[in-house]
Amino acid sequence: MYRYDQFDQQLVDERVTEFSGQVARRLSGELAEDDFKPLRLMNGVYLQLHSYMLRIAIPYGTLSSRQVRKLAEIERVYDKGYGHFTTRQNLQLHWPALKDVPAILRELASVEMHCIQTSGNCIRNTTSDHHAGAVPGELEDPRVICEIIRQWSTFHPEFSYLPRKFKIAVSATEHDRAAIRIHDIGVQVVTNAAGEIGYEVWVGGGLGRTPIIGKKIADFVPREDLLAYLESILRVYNMFGRRDNSYKARIKILVHEIGAEDMRRQVEAEFAEVKTRGVLQLPDDEVARIEKYFAAPAWEDLSDDVPEIDALAAKDKGFAEWLRNNVSAHKVPGYSIVNVSLKPIGLTPGDCSADQMDVLADIADKYAFSEIRVAHEQNLCLAHVRKRDLHEVYQALNASELATPNIGLITDQIACPGLDYCNLANARSIVIAQRLSERFSDIEFQKKIGRLHVNMSGCINACGHHHVGHIGILGVDKKGVEYYQVTLGGAADETAAVGDIVGPAFTEGEIIDAIDTIVETYLGLRQDGEIFIDTYRRVGVQPFKDKLYATH
Amino acid sequence: MAQHSRKGAQFQAVTANRLADGIVVYLTAANEWSVSLQDADVAEGKEAAEALLARGQKFYVPDILVVDIYLFEVEKTDGGIRASSVREIIRQAGPTVRTDLGKQAEIDGVHA
Repeated sequence: MYRYDQFDQQLVDERVTEFSGQVARRLSGELAEDDFKPLRLMNGVYLQLHSYMLRIAIPYGTLSSRQVRKLAEIERVYDKGYGHFTTRQNLQLHWPALKDVPAILRELASVEMHCIQTSGNCIRNTTSDHHAGAVPGELEDPRVICEIIRQWSTFHPEFSYLPRKFKIAVSATEHDRAAIRIHDIGVQVVTNAAGEIGYEVWVGGGLGRTPIIGKKIADFVPREDLLAYLESILRVYNMFGRRDNSYKARIKILVHEIGAEDMRRQVEAEFAEVKTRGVLQLPDDEVARIEKYFAAPAWEDLSDDVPEIDALAAKDKGFAEWLRNNVSAHKVPGYSIVNVSLKPIGLTPGDCSADQMDVLADIADKYAFSEIRVAHEQNLCLAHVRKRDLHEVYQALNASELATPNIGLITDQIACPGLDYCNLANARSIVIAQRLSERFSDIEFQKKIGRLHVNMSGCINACGHHHVGHIGILGVDKKGVEYYQVTLGGAADETAAVGDIVGPAFTEGEIIDAIDTIVETYLGLRQDGEIFIDTYRRVGVQPFKDKLYATH
Repeated sequence: MAQHSRKGAQFQAVTANRLADGIVVYLTAANEWSVSLQDADVAEGKEAAEALLARGQKFYVPDILVVDIYLFEVEKTDGGIRASSVREIIRQAGPTVRTDLGKQAEIDGVHA
């Protein structure tokens, strides 16, 4: 894992001191709210419905067990004993008091963590594949480039007041687990004909009220030039992105208005300029230094066949289900990737209690090289677990409700906090996720349905990625009453697509039955080997529309 | 300022969040901020509501007590004052998915 150098630590410590002074001046009345609000937002502090919310950055979703224990301690001492993992691999505390935030930030700084650039119109936390460094077929560990982007973008003076927020994601395998095409910039690690590593660059993706899939503007940017290329994109955006209307201020609107070709041309022109200065060329020794932090752990030389695990799976049905659904292939023989579900049936997607965090930290120390990852689907992951330890890991996770065998199934839903917590929300999302989870709790039925991503958001801002769920649910407000609009056919991976609105919204009482109807319609139409999205792409929206609105 | 009321609402109250901890509070007849909606001063009609909001904003002047002051619609029931919208009911009580947290866990009769 990356460790702070003296500059990183000094930067974070100084910011804590600065913000502590700002909070003190606000509480004494010296600073007015209008002056303070942008300062608190720069430090990840939002005001929500019941209290403040603190968004803690988790760079590329990687945490050490030490950090996880500290997060658990903070949740206990300063919050209400739990936190919420988000679709940007961050952690949100729902109940911190403003007066306690300086103390929380000091605690975070003690384990190399902070809340800088988790809000505001700046470059946010760079996200990545939670299977990084472990998954077969990866060209390089994407976190190396994420860390380089983090260092470049932290307090970048030119990009601290962009037209709007800016999100970057990096993927290093063909199968995109980081949803790069719905980010302002998506970076795909590729190789050229000579076998050299470089980067394909996608730009102008995003969700919210105007969902757009990103456009590819570069097929191969050499590694040493990546920062210069990213800087060039940011410069074009900073110059031409709209500042007159916040709804049209994201880079996706600029790319949409001028077109991908024009965007490419302008970025190339800027790139030629930036390159001549040479200051953003990545020195090999610096890349090598950062690479060392992400060096593979000391894997043992193991056989990939572990008969004792097969025998345990034959005896223990729960373990067998978990193996099938929550454990992924590792690139090293004898190891597995363990996906930890934060979607227990009927509970809140993405929530993790302080006690669960302590359990995870212990498991990570014992079985997974002290490392825990956050997945953008609001789950966690132990990237390197010996196969022979899988049953023990399963039992330890299961004892803390962390082994629901539903990764990728209908009950593994993404849901934003919605109107239960969020100041922007129009409708609740968690409660719908919970009811849906209960309706489809039967694991045999979930398996019969197969892979199906249900994403829901409580407002058009789309924190719950509803546009790119195979089934998307959007909460809307109609005169103070919650309604739910359904989209079908979205995808967040390398086949990224924005879902189609199926028709008029459903009431809170109707929405679960509506999803049931969609699932039954799909089961009736699917052909051999298809999952929901395949069937949908083959048959389109009409059969679903016909069934859903037949009785309306 | 946020708009969380309905045009033509009969009864309205004024709410805000306490600066130091963000807790939801309501403006009382005694010009104090109470954590309970049942203590809220309720205005009838548009003019009275505007006057109530102005009173709330007056207490905003020292700028250290509360933030985000706005009017919202309420109903007067036999059981007490009730917020009309789902949003304000949730602000008043706490998350519907964690009834062990928020005011619903701390104050009796929060739902009136």
